[in-house]
Amino acid sequence: MQRMVNWLVQVYAVGLLNLRTLPQRFGSSAATVVGVAGVVTVFIAVLSIGEGFRATLAQTGSPETALVMRTGADTELMSLVSQEDSRIVEDAPGIGRGSHGPQASPEMLVLVDVPMVSTGTDANVPLRGVTPVAFEVRRNLKIYAGRNFVPGRNEIIVGAGAVREFVGLQVGDVKRWGKTDWTVVGLFSDGGSVAESEIWADLNVLQGAYNRGTIVSDVYARLTSADDFDKFKAALTTDPRLSVRVVRETEYFAEQSVFLTNLVTGLGYLIAAMMGIGAVFGAINTMYSAVAARTREIATLRALGFGGGPVVISVIVESILLALAGGLVGGTIAYIVFNGYHASTINWQSFSQVAFAFRVTPLLLIQGFFYSVVIGLAGGLFPAVRAARTSVAAALREL
Amino acid sequence: MKFLPLIWSNLRRKRVRTIFTLLSILVAFLLFGYLGAVRSAFDIGVQIAGVDRLVLTHKVSIILPLPLSYLDRIEQVPGVTDVAHASWFGGIYQDPKNFFAQIAVDPERYLRLYPEFLLPEEQKKAWLADRTGAICGKYLADRYKWKIGDRIPLTASVWQKKDGSNSWEFTLDGIYTGATPSTDVTQFLFHYKYLDEARVRRNGMVGWYIVRIAHPDQAPQMADKIDALFANSDNETKTSTEKAFMQGFAKQVGNIGAIITSILSVVFFVILLVAGNTMMQSVRERVTELAVLKTVGFSNGLILTLVLCESLLIAGIGGLLGLGLARFLIGFGDPTNGALPIFLMPAESVLTGAAFVVLLGLATGMLPALQAMRLQVVQSLRRG
Amino acid sequence: MSPATIGQSQESAAGAEVAGALVRVRDVHKVYTRGSERIDVLQGVNLEVPRGDFVALMGPSGSGKTTLLNLLAGLDRPSGGSVQVGEDHIDKMGEGELARWRSHHVGFVFQLYNLLPTLTAERNVELPLLLTSLSAGDRKRHVAAALAVVGLADRGKHFPRQLSGGQEQRVAIARAIVADPTLLLCDEPTGDLDRKSEEEILDLLQALNREHGKTIVMVTHNAHAASRARRIVYLNKGQLQSEAMQ
Repeated sequence: MQRMVNWLVQVYAVGLLNLRTLPQRFGSSAATVVGVAGVVTVFIAVLSIGEGFRATLAQTGSPETALVMRTGADTELMSLVSQEDSRIVEDAPGIGRGSHGPQASPEMLVLVDVPMVSTGTDANVPLRGVTPVAFEVRRNLKIYAGRNFVPGRNEIIVGAGAVREFVGLQVGDVKRWGKTDWTVVGLFSDGGSVAESEIWADLNVLQGAYNRGTIVSDVYARLTSADDFDKFKAALTTDPRLSVRVVRETEYFAEQSVFLTNLVTGLGYLIAAMMGIGAVFGAINTMYSAVAARTREIATLRALGFGGGPVVISVIVESILLALAGGLVGGTIAYIVFNGYHASTINWQSFSQVAFAFRVTPLLLIQGFFYSVVIGLAGGLFPAVRAARTSVAAALREL
Repeated sequence: MKFLPLIWSNLRRKRVRTIFTLLSILVAFLLFGYLGAVRSAFDIGVQIAGVDRLVLTHKVSIILPLPLSYLDRIEQVPGVTDVAHASWFGGIYQDPKNFFAQIAVDPERYLRLYPEFLLPEEQKKAWLADRTGAICGKYLADRYKWKIGDRIPLTASVWQKKDGSNSWEFTLDGIYTGATPSTDVTQFLFHYKYLDEARVRRNGMVGWYIVRIAHPDQAPQMADKIDALFANSDNETKTSTEKAFMQGFAKQVGNIGAIITSILSVVFFVILLVAGNTMMQSVRERVTELAVLKTVGFSNGLILTLVLCESLLIAGIGGLLGLGLARFLIGFGDPTNGALPIFLMPAESVLTGAAFVVLLGLATGMLPALQAMRLQVVQSLRRG
Repeated sequence: MSPATIGQSQESAAGAEVAGALVRVRDVHKVYTRGSERIDVLQGVNLEVPRGDFVALMGPSGSGKTTLLNLLAGLDRPSGGSVQVGEDHIDKMGEGELARWRSHHVGFVFQLYNLLPTLTAERNVELPLLLTSLSAGDRKRHVAAALAVVGLADRGKHFPRQLSGGQEQRVAIARAIVADPTLLLCDEPTGDLDRKSEEEILDLLQALNREHGKTIVMVTHNAHAASRARRIVYLNKGQLQSEAMQ
């Protein structure tokens, strides 16, 4: 116990000595802080793209909603379901009932070219044809400007993300796709889900415009409870008249985020790793000069009987503190600059645009701080060991 | 040459620092290599685009099909020298993660439009004669270890066969290579006839057309002329140069791509800045020594040269090792678990990288070298 | 006392030329401005050093000894007056010319030796030869000869930090003489050495003067060191005051 206390006193004494020389080494210490701050900012910034994208897709869908697509189709765009088939879905066990009868919403999804605000070039924007049931299946959906489209008219309503990211989708604007003119009559929000990146129209009008007859892409079905999913799925997949695939809406969208999340996390970690190496070099340089500036003091202390351990610990602690300061600065910058940053990108899995916002989550911040500690530790280790190993006699002679 | 030991001895002065500086520069250029690869992955095919090729798609969206009957009409437009059609298949090979382009084509026409796809004559003959045959780029063959003669099953996500099944089987008849390093060698090509005759719907429709024109400088006029042919039809068209088409496609990634590449660039320059600062500091530290050299009679020009040589040497060693390592590591594939299907370090990255190496050496050496040159011997000796 | 007459027509040591001194300093002024303050370091100095002479330049701190030495070395240019070494008017040379001139005509010995710490003794001595067109083999021979003269033939591969102060200074002297300069200039060469090493260095300088005929100008504030020169020149407040023959 006594030895432990003694040891801590030594660490404290050496640490104090280090801190006193900090002003003399202000330049290189500041460089370390800035360097680590840069690493952490970039690390969090890149990963916040993935977090935001994933959050948008995770926000989409409720567990009690199921998607019925044709077998083999892994996206809505590739799926085709006939009117007869969608009738069968309406009668499936577990399906909820609302003011329009069974809550099975046949929907048709196509893509239209609309220029992006950020690049000015055409992008694949989803255009969805729906019936009134769709608004019962998606309960968060609200028209926040204008009004809903009137069935039978060439009218569209635009999601909050789409209106922000693409050109010419304000209420009153007219868009021409193919031989049909469409008038924007309203804007809607849906709790930050993927639907906000979409444009909606009346199903029958859209089918007519695309010569689709009565064929739809898929059916969104709202079940009486999430637990009914297995029953519902079993009934449809074993039905000999059907060849369909049934997935939970939540799973479908989670699956869709894999690609881009992989992309940004892969790149994010790669960039952070490389930058981290750079920052470690920076920290090592700083701590070497810190140690060099105090060679004589440290040697004097050692000559007085201080152990090598306290020297090592104090140098490492200083390095970690500097790096952590950098981590805090970086985390703050990343949070201020990137949290909530709006963007839109193509989701290669669905081949359509998704509007989303970057998200700096607490977990990301913690990861960032942890990373800065690792950098500080790595940066302090070498110089610390060297300081402790330097022969006392040689160090005293040096100056 | 006789000054080499002098330069070398300065690099060994603080060995640890020199090594760390070298490593930082190495890391910076490693990153630069990855930056090039990521950028070219985002620019999917923009460099590949041929100047004399136009791409014709449905006006409303690229996913909508066009009738096969357009082929003859396009071909008759004066100034058009060749036409081919292509249709996206979008099947899955074993796992949805294995993403690559599968395109149904008219083999003879398609290969005529893309002369940069080099296919040995006997393989081409075999493919033309084999209705369920396919060819693929070398990259794919290497990635999935395919050999000629292999049966390759794809599960269609869109195209159901008339017998109700979704599984399509192909025989690999050939492996094409690229005429230039930037040729797209990631395509999987098979007979349109096989697709069209076996599928349930959209028969007689194709995905898009590729058109060769005689005079690339008249591309905009040609595009207008072709689009006018189909104006007011059920399937209006949008014709653009292949380059513009690819760019539009690449730009769908939106500002995410720009954000990632700009972050990478910033990181690259910051690391260089830090390394450069260290290099400058190491020169500043020996002002006295430089003054001694001047006393001995070393001229300003000579001192400038010596300092520059030193910084160029560090930048050169670190930078070239970094670029080499990048090239080597990128060969192992992308860091994103398959999110970037084409992940190659473009040749121009090596060149611009080398230019940056020289620039770094000059920039970091020049400032302290000029300082050293201007240094007043008398004062710096007194300081020392 | 008129400074103009001091040092004129002095018959010095045996072997020195009577007519045409090697170094002629005429009415040299040197003014520094530090901020708004004007400091007259040298105020009309006249000095002639015949070939083969060994002059000790003495005087209190701030008297301008080192400034005068720097002017002789071509490291600095006078504000007024002329400095001539042999046929060369070094006060009229440009920077590049001066550098070239130094490499041929001046060997400089510093108080703090100023060896390059990263180079071995040999490489340090070789530095001035890098400016000549000598082959590597010739350079090696010259270096070996210079190191032999200073008595350190066996220390060529040592780095400065492996040598004692006296040895370092001897390496510095070898570096100063290796290119066979016209003039050997020493700035407090023994200022940082212990008594024994001081003697060794002074013996060496004397030998270089007597046996090798080197012309030496040495700044010192140490009367003992100065006593080993052939004559002593006193500088005070920017003017030569008197001189003493040994």
